[in-house]
Amino acid sequence: MRDVAVIGVGVTKFGELWDKSFRDIGVNAGMMAMADAGLSGSEVDALFIGNMSAGRFINQQNIGAMIADYAGFALNHIPSTRIEAGAASGGIAFRQGVMAVASGMHDIVVVGGAEKMTDVDDASSNSILDSTADQQWEASMGATMASLFAMIARRYIHEGLATREEIASVSVNGHAHGALNPNAQFRKAIKLESVLRSGMVADPLGLFDCAPISDGAAAVILCPMDKAKEYTDNPVRVAAVTQASDTLALFQRDSITSFASSRIAAERAFAAAKLSPSDISVAEVHDCYSIEGLMAVEDLGLYGRGKGGKAFLEGQTLFDAGKIAINTSGGLKARGHPIGATGVAQIVEIAEQVRGTADKRQVKGARYGMTLNLGGTGSAATVSILEGI
Amino acid sequence: MSSTAREWREIPGRYNIKGSKCPECGKVFFPKRSMCPQCRRASIGKMIEYKVDGKGTVYTYSIVYDAPAANRRMKPYAVGMIRTDDGVLLTAQIVDANLEDIKIGMRVQAVLRKIDEDSPSGVIHYGFKFAPCE
Amino acid sequence: MDVGIVSYGAYVPRYRITPEEIGKVWGDDGKAMGRGLFIEQKSVPAPDEDVVTISVAAARAMMARTDVDPREIGALYVGSESHPYAVKPTSTIVAEAIEATPDLTAVDMEFACKAGTAGIQACMGLVGSGMIEYGVAIGADTSQGAPGDALEYSASAGGAAYLIGKKNIIARINKTISYTTDTPDFWRREGQPYPSHGGRFTGEPAYFRHITNATQRLLADAGTKPEDYKYAVFHQPNGKFPTRVASMMGFTDAQIEKGLMTPYIGNTYSGAVPIGLASVLDVAEPGDRILVVSYGSGAGSDAFDITVTDRIKKYKRDAAPTVEKIISSVKQIDYATYAKYKGKIVMKEESS
Repeated sequence: MRDVAVIGVGVTKFGELWDKSFRDIGVNAGMMAMADAGLSGSEVDALFIGNMSAGRFINQQNIGAMIADYAGFALNHIPSTRIEAGAASGGIAFRQGVMAVASGMHDIVVVGGAEKMTDVDDASSNSILDSTADQQWEASMGATMASLFAMIARRYIHEGLATREEIASVSVNGHAHGALNPNAQFRKAIKLESVLRSGMVADPLGLFDCAPISDGAAAVILCPMDKAKEYTDNPVRVAAVTQASDTLALFQRDSITSFASSRIAAERAFAAAKLSPSDISVAEVHDCYSIEGLMAVEDLGLYGRGKGGKAFLEGQTLFDAGKIAINTSGGLKARGHPIGATGVAQIVEIAEQVRGTADKRQVKGARYGMTLNLGGTGSAATVSILEGI
Repeated sequence: MSSTAREWREIPGRYNIKGSKCPECGKVFFPKRSMCPQCRRASIGKMIEYKVDGKGTVYTYSIVYDAPAANRRMKPYAVGMIRTDDGVLLTAQIVDANLEDIKIGMRVQAVLRKIDEDSPSGVIHYGFKFAPCE
Repeated sequence: MDVGIVSYGAYVPRYRITPEEIGKVWGDDGKAMGRGLFIEQKSVPAPDEDVVTISVAAARAMMARTDVDPREIGALYVGSESHPYAVKPTSTIVAEAIEATPDLTAVDMEFACKAGTAGIQACMGLVGSGMIEYGVAIGADTSQGAPGDALEYSASAGGAAYLIGKKNIIARINKTISYTTDTPDFWRREGQPYPSHGGRFTGEPAYFRHITNATQRLLADAGTKPEDYKYAVFHQPNGKFPTRVASMMGFTDAQIEKGLMTPYIGNTYSGAVPIGLASVLDVAEPGDRILVVSYGSGAGSDAFDITVTDRIKKYKRDAAPTVEKIISSVKQIDYATYAKYKGKIVMKEESS
């Protein structure tokens, strides 16, 4: 198995992109990544697309073909594959791309993630997101995705693992960073009180504990590490990329205050990269809900069990705090969460961080960064560790 | 969005919390499974129908304010994860309780209520919810 | 062989609205309406309740109190005038929910407020003739009163279930006699949301005529007099009619008190007499004689002469809540919430 490098990245603005169709955003992100890698397009061997639900959002299936076509790759008839794993679609597409290059099957691979959510109304959007829980025994029974995470939050508080304020400060952290990210959906810092006072969604979580509905896309270009210097002076090495599954329904777990899928994926990633949490300078974690982001930093071992909340509340997670920076992009909350795009956008952010191009959000001296992308209520998890060369 | 056949197929689970028991390891599952995840091949074709105890304790809960259309006349409403007396964890709405009285550890019992209807001219779907009991 | 009640169960939803609250909206003196009807409050079903869920709750309570295997049930009838479907029986859903399927017969019944007791008679026939071992008869309703109409003060929700059989009966049904005529005192056409009624015509030619005739025929046949009965349960569309008909026929307030639930829960229509009888059985002793006379508009009365057996001492009554317990935990709601719960507000259709 050969080492894999990220040689180019691209990401669109995330938000309500009324003038852009799904085809537009998918292709834009890819074009930016290709330009970043200095490629013309004829070099690309394979395409992997993370997309959760174009079938329900825009009534379009066969996404692999669609993106290949509109990105100009269909002329070369390259293999194009769409991956779905709830909100982990993008991250798992990334792993599929890495595996394709590592195995020697393909050389230059484009991994994209895209979602167009605003062509349906909010109620439909929520219903589509709810379908990543157990449709028959959770969503149909009246348990929305937000309420499942709210139940986790209630347990977290009940067991003394975090306070309500600590959970809310995950969103404060996200917005502080979003203010520094020109592509973020929300670019204003918010106060803790605003999060606590925001309209109730599912007690104890309010509107500001929840990621928004967004359109957007992201893409990265992969190639074998030993060819990376042909394309860029600034390649990023994929030190590890792992994936883990767990039960579909939250009620089938042994614990709901930790996602075994996150922990196992992280353990496997650190083992593969021969690194430990203390080597990590910056991480993009999955905060579709604030509690999910808090649990993530503990499951990854970046902050201790029961200590993640304090880290967020005290600002230890800010890009310039000198500890492990979390969600410098703004995270799902402030940067936005076009579902299939998120996992790839996380890779883009960490790549920018470890190669020193993260602009106003740059974590000084970041050499190793990691991502955690989750699907459903932790039924799918994928972790990657990237190294700046 | 629902299908008549799909909901009908699930009636034993929906009405009477019927799950499965593995004859090899004795573990109980809800919803039903055709195979025990632990014993795998040894359990195929051998899983026994098991009726989950209707009494249990609230393990965690949330009050839903942003509700799906099916529940728009009932919001805000409570959902919970309930640990039944025979050790199964389930997710369902909690009804017939003042929302402010719902607590982790509260004793509850399964009741049959309307879950949803396909449309005003469509089939009504019934299923279990939990109400406070002694 | 004796045929009778093997087990019973009741259910009333927990929400209540007072006549005063209803009167506020329509400009009536609600308190006076309540006094005139002898109704303090009425029960309101939650948006996720209907005749199916009420029948299941009552039937499950009934099954909890007995060791009879539900697969031995040979017939199940649900009588109501507010079945959730016009076509698709409530009784099959209930049968499934108490695990009595598939070896039984089932059908939904309608006869205004006496559909539940008609089911009891049908079960008596099947059991008595040896065609089945056990039959279940349920009376339950979530009736609608038209907004601003007098019936809105009384139409409520609730139901009770009866397991009829020959073995281990807690109360023997000695005799049943019915009195039936074509009398259009109260009706609802197919597709209409609210019933219509003949105003004062619903009194003497309807309720009173049928109840008194059925009662007189039963007493004559049984050779009994009013004072032979410890309890009398009459149909109770409000608290006033049964009090008056009891007095007309020589029954005392003490005899009807235990079985008169309408003042506390409103008129549960097909559930009214079944719930009233359940309330009596909750306290009845061996040897107590009970007269039960239902009334359904359209019109007819079913009268029953019942004697409680010694077996009631061994009956697992505590395995399910008594009527008194069921109605002890209530939540008052205002008219807006009531209208929302009862579907009286026109909602926008959901987009799929």
